[in-house]
Amino acid sequence: MTHIGVTVDGTHRHADVEPRLLLVHWLREDLGLVGTPIGCDTSNCGACTVLVDGRSVKSCSVLAVQVDGKEVTTIQGLTVEDGEWHPVQKAFKECHGLQCGYCTPGMVLASVDLLSENPDPTEEEIRQGLEGNLCRCTGYHNIVKAVATAAAEMRGGTS
Amino acid sequence: MTETVMRTDGAAIGRADRRKEDARLLTGRTNWTDNIQLPGTLHMATLRSSMAHAKILRIDTSAALALEGVLHVYTGRDFPELAGSTCVWPVTDDIRMSHYPAICTDEVKYAGDVVAVVIANDRSVAADALDLIDVDYEHLPAVVDMEEALKPGAPLVHADMGTNECYVARMPCGDYEAVKARADVVVKRRFINQRLIPNPMEPRSVVAAPMGMSDEITLWSATQIPHVLRVLLALLTGIPENNIRVVAPDVGGGFGAKLQIYREEVLALVLAKRLGKPVKWTETRSEHMVATHHGRDQIQDIELAVTKDGTILGMKVDLLADMGAYLQIITPGTPLLGMFMYSGIYKMEALDFTCTGVYTTKTPTDAYRGAGRPEATYAIERIVDEAAAELGMEPMEFRRKNWITHEEFPYTQIAGLTYDTGNYEAATARAIELFGYDELRAEQKARRESGDPVQLGIGISTFTEMCGLAPSRTLGALKYVAGGWEHCTIRALPTGKIELVTGTSPHGQGHETAWSQIASDIIGVPVEDIEVVHGDTGRAPYGMDTYGSRSLAVGGQAIKLAGERLVEKARLIAAHQLEANPDDIEFTAGTYSVKGDPEKSTTIQAVAFEAFTAHNLPDGMEPTLSGESTVDPLDFSYPHGTHLAAMEVDTETGKVTLRKYVAVDDCGVQINPMIVEGQVHGGLAQGIAQAMYEGALYDNDGNLLTGSMGDYLLPSAADLPSFVTDRTVTPSTTHPLGTKGIGEAGAIASTPAIINGVVDALRPLGVTDVFMPASPQNVWRAIQNAQAGGAR
Ligand code: FES
Ligand code: FES
Repeated sequence: MTHIGVTVDGTHRHADVEPRLLLVHWLREDLGLVGTPIGCDTSNCGACTVLVDGRSVKSCSVLAVQVDGKEVTTIQGLTVEDGEWHPVQKAFKECHGLQCGYCTPGMVLASVDLLSENPDPTEEEIRQGLEGNLCRCTGYHNIVKAVATAAAEMRGGTS
Repeated sequence: MTETVMRTDGAAIGRADRRKEDARLLTGRTNWTDNIQLPGTLHMATLRSSMAHAKILRIDTSAALALEGVLHVYTGRDFPELAGSTCVWPVTDDIRMSHYPAICTDEVKYAGDVVAVVIANDRSVAADALDLIDVDYEHLPAVVDMEEALKPGAPLVHADMGTNECYVARMPCGDYEAVKARADVVVKRRFINQRLIPNPMEPRSVVAAPMGMSDEITLWSATQIPHVLRVLLALLTGIPENNIRVVAPDVGGGFGAKLQIYREEVLALVLAKRLGKPVKWTETRSEHMVATHHGRDQIQDIELAVTKDGTILGMKVDLLADMGAYLQIITPGTPLLGMFMYSGIYKMEALDFTCTGVYTTKTPTDAYRGAGRPEATYAIERIVDEAAAELGMEPMEFRRKNWITHEEFPYTQIAGLTYDTGNYEAATARAIELFGYDELRAEQKARRESGDPVQLGIGISTFTEMCGLAPSRTLGALKYVAGGWEHCTIRALPTGKIELVTGTSPHGQGHETAWSQIASDIIGVPVEDIEVVHGDTGRAPYGMDTYGSRSLAVGGQAIKLAGERLVEKARLIAAHQLEANPDDIEFTAGTYSVKGDPEKSTTIQAVAFEAFTAHNLPDGMEPTLSGESTVDPLDFSYPHGTHLAAMEVDTETGKVTLRKYVAVDDCGVQINPMIVEGQVHGGLAQGIAQAMYEGALYDNDGNLLTGSMGDYLLPSAADLPSFVTDRTVTPSTTHPLGTKGIGEAGAIASTPAIINGVVDALRPLGVTDVFMPASPQNVWRAIQNAQAGGAR
């Protein structure tokens, strides 16, 4: 067992974890943060994407011990309780960027990271930037539209 | 009683309402089956055969049982009679039906077949224990290729059957040989509709838990069919149906893969009952690749008999359909769901259909988005292009000459279906305009003349399909053992809130939003006040679930009728309250008023409260306010459309690029055009993926080579373009709301559009077909073969 201290969705968490425990399993099974789903066992789908210190990470491809001392944001922490949605969340709803919603937490967090790196992406840059996140329902059309919409909204909001 | 809100916003049907579902999905508050963590849960893991075909000689479970945390290891001996799945559609009288064991007893028949099951108190312990189970196999020959499987002396999947032929189904319509004799040209092609793996993003998952106070066991499953599943679980396990409650919570996509009864559901139920504790199982993605049914997998020998002037006389269809190792829920029926659709939108005098189902030592096949209709549409839309090419006609002209014109509806086509409405001219005209058809043809000509290494092809798909499974009598005539009705109950609760209980079971389609829109229009309450209850045999006891683009096509009819019945009962109460004759009561937007005296009025919410208190109801009227309906559809409905694809093909590398895709769909009246468009997008992606990217590959020993998400190529955002979509609206006359169905149209239409485009680009090189997926390798090989003078 290894001791870790991690800020998860704004709350400090301390735990003793097995060194082999994946971050996604720690979140889901130990912390009960089941908003982060698992879609594969080969780190291909991106459903499990979270932000670690603001950057998107597939939580099935890192160990819990690797986020010791860091800040983790899941889809459940992107909105403060009863608070405003993040512009990306709003845009996904507005543009119908989700159907079953299984890829959505990962898609939203990957998009948040994408826009923090590139606030004004082209369609091609959005498509390339979300390459690691698979969606089987939407054909990506409305996801791309949602990210572009959120980008415009966020630029408008900060300028 | 709460304050009532008057609707002033006009018609909800046709409005692009943003979805009610999204709030929980976008904030991580979704209820996936795998999120369920009940106290004392036992975890199940399955040991799967690594061989495609083998005798089980011995299983040693002792080391696994010795692992701390492992409670039980079960093998086939523990459940010698228990079936893990069943087939409800014996398509012919002499079909050879397989027994699908929950756990294999003495033989495994595909790589992924289950040989043992571990129960442990921890998920990872259960998984670790699998490695400690030792199985001795005696290798048996694999049966991988369908044509080889049918040869005399081929190794047998089911030795007791004496053959690998599962069934032969025939449907001769008209006299094909006679029309063929009159034909100037008979165009023959062999198309391969490759095997696909559905891959909804949510893996399958099941939790079964005894609920303590009674004998009830609740089974949560990531399923499309909670109602059908409950019946089948009762039949297979002997557990009384009234002790089983099946809940499909939020389900993350299905595409047919979750239209099934799986052995893990059967085992979880049986073990939860036996052990008296919750039992949970969630598949890994790699497990999904072998353990969840596959789709398509047909060899299609197609003939089209035509005259010199370009008139289609008749069509011959001879299919080999791969069943895989066992029959599951509708395995044999899946290819036959396309049987009636081979003539597509075209007039012809004869259609000769034969389908041979073949057992192989591979994962069972079953429904995948479109189920039989994509294969049929692929065959007809590909062969009309080939016929046009052989006759030297422009492919759209050839289609125009043969399709049913809008004046000819209702039209009874060669397979006996009556298409109620359609307007192929209108959809095509719109698609051509959006596509820039003539400009692209001009560019194609220029590139051909200049010998550009990157050639341009235009792919056409003018398709129709059948939605709304199905009139129960039709299903009965086809030997399907269930009906095709759908149910809805709408309850007006004392506080004026509405509970709409539907028998459909959504998994991404937005029923909560769309059903609220329909009910809002009929009963005149705001959509926010309507809660849609679904996917739970405890709360929504009647239903036939969601597949085959049936939910709106059939379920929508039940919503309408249930709403109207509620409104009619409320009218009697309102009349009584207002001291007027019911015939003099008008109902608009949730308000009942006396004709000519609009001051005398009440609301449906107020009536709901009166129905609850029952202090002053008309004599003899029962308290409470609800409307209920179970509708058996009169007929199918037939959405259609014209899809156009501009394909660039690099003749030197074989690389294919989809440059532009236009889809004009006609699904009749649209309840929520935003959701419709989303369904089209998703369908397009899956159909295009079949044409360009996906395919399950096996080696000669029956090992799945595409056994993980790393090997099976699901397209990402970077692999697809944005789509141009539009609609024409030709209301259905068989559906009281004028709607048709849209869930599968994109997947049905797009596959042939893409391949027609690729072949069109390469036609001058002598290419007449390209194997799917149109990977650089397959395209390059087609070019080489054509230039060497062979086919493909
Ligand atoms: S679960 Fe698929 S990438 Fe993490
Ligand atoms: S919305 Fe279903 S997988 Fe993306």
